[in-house]
Amino acid sequence: MSIVDALASFLYAVIAYNIALLYGTVGEILNEKSGSLNLGVEGIMAMGGMGGYLIGCATDSMFMGLLGAFLVGGIFGLIFSFLTVTLQANQNVIGLTITTFGIALYFFIGRGLGDKFPAFADSPSFKAAFQPVDMGFLSDIPIIGKALFSQSPLVYLAIAIAIIAGVYLKRTKAGLRTRAVGENPAAADSAGINITAVKYTNIICGTGIMGIGGLYLGLYMGGSFEGSATWTNGMGWIAIALVIFANWKPIAAILGTFVFGLFFTLDTQKLVLVDAMPFLSFLTKIPTQLYSALPFIITAIVLIVTSISKRKNNNEPTAIGLNYFREER
Amino acid sequence: MKKKLTVLMLVLVMIVASLGTLAAFTGCTDTESEFKVGAIYINSKSDTSGYTYAHHNGIVKAMEQLGLDVAQLKIVDNVPEDYTKVTNAIDTLAGQGCNIIIGISFGYIDAMADAAKKPEYSDIIFSHATGFRSSLDELGEDEDPYTAAFNNYFGRIYQARYLSGIAAGLKATQGAKIGYVSAYGTQYAETCSGINAFALGVQSVNPTAQIIVSELGTWGDETKERQAANELISLGCEVIAQHCDSAQPQMAAEEAGVYGCGYNSDMTAAAPNAHLTAPIWNWDVYYKLAIGTAMNEPENYMEKVGIYYGGLKEGFVDISPLSKNCTEGTADKIAQVKELIINGEWDVFTDVKLSFDAEGKVVLTDSPLLKADGTPAGKVDDGVIKGSMNYFVKGVVVNE
Repeated sequence: MSIVDALASFLYAVIAYNIALLYGTVGEILNEKSGSLNLGVEGIMAMGGMGGYLIGCATDSMFMGLLGAFLVGGIFGLIFSFLTVTLQANQNVIGLTITTFGIALYFFIGRGLGDKFPAFADSPSFKAAFQPVDMGFLSDIPIIGKALFSQSPLVYLAIAIAIIAGVYLKRTKAGLRTRAVGENPAAADSAGINITAVKYTNIICGTGIMGIGGLYLGLYMGGSFEGSATWTNGMGWIAIALVIFANWKPIAAILGTFVFGLFFTLDTQKLVLVDAMPFLSFLTKIPTQLYSALPFIITAIVLIVTSISKRKNNNEPTAIGLNYFREER
Repeated sequence: MKKKLTVLMLVLVMIVASLGTLAAFTGCTDTESEFKVGAIYINSKSDTSGYTYAHHNGIVKAMEQLGLDVAQLKIVDNVPEDYTKVTNAIDTLAGQGCNIIIGISFGYIDAMADAAKKPEYSDIIFSHATGFRSSLDELGEDEDPYTAAFNNYFGRIYQARYLSGIAAGLKATQGAKIGYVSAYGTQYAETCSGINAFALGVQSVNPTAQIIVSELGTWGDETKERQAANELISLGCEVIAQHCDSAQPQMAAEEAGVYGCGYNSDMTAAAPNAHLTAPIWNWDVYYKLAIGTAMNEPENYMEKVGIYYGGLKEGFVDISPLSKNCTEGTADKIAQVKELIINGEWDVFTDVKLSFDAEGKVVLTDSPLLKADGTPAGKVDDGVIKGSMNYFVKGVVVNE
């Protein structure tokens, strides 16, 4: 295998395997920017994927699948908002509860359907809409062509959503209000911003985006319910760390996804890389267990480094994790 | 008046309740004489595929064949490999009056061995899948193995893997790369012997083929199983074999237009244009023997069932029906090798390699079994295949 082919295969895998991280991260940024630390990403992605897949298969339509994933994710966001914003419950506890609940519900539905679980192949137009696109000569560019111009449409949708979310937070009035609520809800409240409405909107939109990420993973796995792990398989947790790595900026999260992805994909692409570049043979001498731990080691390092270095333009919302109760001002 | 009525009501309630309890007790004695099977599962009994599903299916099938009702099967499922939790599960099943307790996961080994030695469980038979401990090895000479009946069972799945290797070797072009997605490599004799047997099967029809192994480092990570298959396909592998539960590698092969050999169940439905055949377990063969013996002649259980290591001959392992994707002549070649194994004329690790002559007849060659580093492996006995094989044979690409 030539070096060009090996790199093309590797870079393609980096994006195709990890793009769901971007959905999870952008969704979580919207949550956190409005002041809510939502630890339910893993469960919301699992259920968004399950719901979107079942709806997409039932209607044989990618649009309905995406809408279903967004709505199911959004329902979890609604539950989270109701409990933490309206009822003022602890955000960490509710987030973890939603993760547990979402994953359990995922298995409950999957096992409950048993043999009746729909097969991806039985929904031809749903399946066709997920297949990688071919952009002609662009897709044929060596090394980066396949990675950048021959992915599933959902990959481009993720990048589009990240850019839209970035513009929304930075350049629009609604985004400014969201940031104000995340920084100082009391001040925002006295400026006449409806805190509850802002939080509900951002949380529901954010969790809906997470749901689409879950759908991507489900479709990537061929819609096959396996029963030992969810389609999400830990990605939701990494998304929470990626938010910090991306400094709460959706557009930076695109880059962050690729950087994280480089490390996560090494494990299952190392044979390809070593085959073309024998000087990398040390990659195969590393025990597989270390590779399995790598995402979490890197996450830990990122958390340590970012907490030590006091960045000048640290974008962390000041009021993150704190419930706002007007009477306590 | 009202008080009297209340008292009357209370008395009535008590009479009804005691009658109910009495009825329950008589019902209990009725069922107690029935033979009961206990099973401890690592995953859910309602799984629709995978390891627990295969065992549950096998037990239910065996019980049906033995004329037992499914209600006589008591299950504790989702039991992790934790000493206390397994002991609790055993206590639950023993409390329900089970005559034989089956544990399907390797890590149940110590809890089951210890429970078998408890005097209060002396009339219960313990049977442990994939393990290596048994009451035959652990009791003193004066002790009767029956009073602490504890056996283990596993199968010669490597024989079935050899047969699937023939199908893969015939499908691939001569000297091609053939991929193998494996949970582990040389760390476990089970995975290691499986890879070697598959490689030898491939080499019997495709002597220069290379077997490339992608190790996952876990028994259950479907995402990684698919990604490892994709990696092997990028490397140019023409057939993807697997030692992992899910059908993801076969689905990846289907999408990429290459071929594959599944594992554990016929995966043709998941990959209709890719799947060739899969090594499969017929757990019901063992369960029928074990449960039948435990029911009819428990005193001879250790003698009759004992340390069970069945293979093609017993029908305990096999390959799923060859799919339409197999090359012509595959069935004939596999049938010949299967016959040799069943007749006991030849086995995979007997230091004799098989080949096929121009007419497609199987021949025993005199080329010895070589390890990947070129040193002779010699004749490998069952203990090594089961417990300590830790090298690849020649033809398997070693990346360490």
